[in-house]
Amino acid sequence: MIRNFFIIAIVAGLAAIFVTLFWNFGDSTTLTPLATHYADKGAAEVGAPNLVTSIVVTYRGFDTLGEVTILFLVASIVSFFLKREKLQKDIELKRETSEIILTASKLLVPIVMVLGVYVFINGHLTPGGGFQGGAIIATAFVLLLMANPDFKINHRIISIVESVSGISFVLVGVFGILLAGGFLDNKVLPLGTFGKIFSAGAIPLIYSFVGLKVGSELSNILSNFQGIQKEEM
Amino acid sequence: MNLIIIIVLSLIMVVMAVTAIIHKKLAVAVIATGVVSLMASVMYLLMAAPDVAMTEAAIGSGLSTIIFFYVLNKIRKAK
Repeated sequence: MIRNFFIIAIVAGLAAIFVTLFWNFGDSTTLTPLATHYADKGAAEVGAPNLVTSIVVTYRGFDTLGEVTILFLVASIVSFFLKREKLQKDIELKRETSEIILTASKLLVPIVMVLGVYVFINGHLTPGGGFQGGAIIATAFVLLLMANPDFKINHRIISIVESVSGISFVLVGVFGILLAGGFLDNKVLPLGTFGKIFSAGAIPLIYSFVGLKVGSELSNILSNFQGIQKEEM
Repeated sequence: MNLIIIIVLSLIMVVMAVTAIIHKKLAVAVIATGVVSLMASVMYLLMAAPDVAMTEAAIGSGLSTIIFFYVLNKIRKAK
């Protein structure tokens, strides 16, 4: 009885908080000073048609570095805890993969990978970017692992791609300190013509590194989870 | 028109979220959470945030669902 009373009290308290939030909510009709700066001068300063990308990679590039670091930590913790013992015997899988998934994976995996690469290379022109492209590449690996349960992702290649792209991302940022306005400034490379693929300075380069890093980390997490499926308990 | 789509999507999201909580079969609950993410990604697209929509579609409804299924398969064997 007392326990139920506490639950009801907590729910009522939360409801009171959210009702006041809901009643005081109104659409803002004007931009804040910072948003005005981004909207007015973002295109001229960064040279990217996609304003979200110019904020994520250049104005708030340090936050992106932090996010990539968090993902790296998650991937390493998952592979630390799900480490497979080599001595254990593999158990047989009970079901064959269906013909539909096998055929679809042969057809779709290359296309999905190319889509992922397209998304992160065009991050400064169209919606999307490094994280989205990397996640799309990882979904291609999901299809591959579902079609061939015995498929093993080569961990050496993944770790090389992951560390090289991570180091290059930070190096491009450091070059920004030396050659341009500050850490992760995109004016390391010339800004180029607005709206072309080789434009917006270092943004396509940085987003390619972020995309490769995110894609390899998510694929690594997936292959770790797939690896423990065949273990005997 | 847009408003009708948004209302239908939110209704599906609420129904699926409740299904995920109360359904007895865990596999159904996992699929229901995936559907919630998918509808949320369409909603982000309608609210003019395509960048967020792509992330939600790929990670929310793709990768996290498959990781839930891997873990589900594992704990079912452990029982």
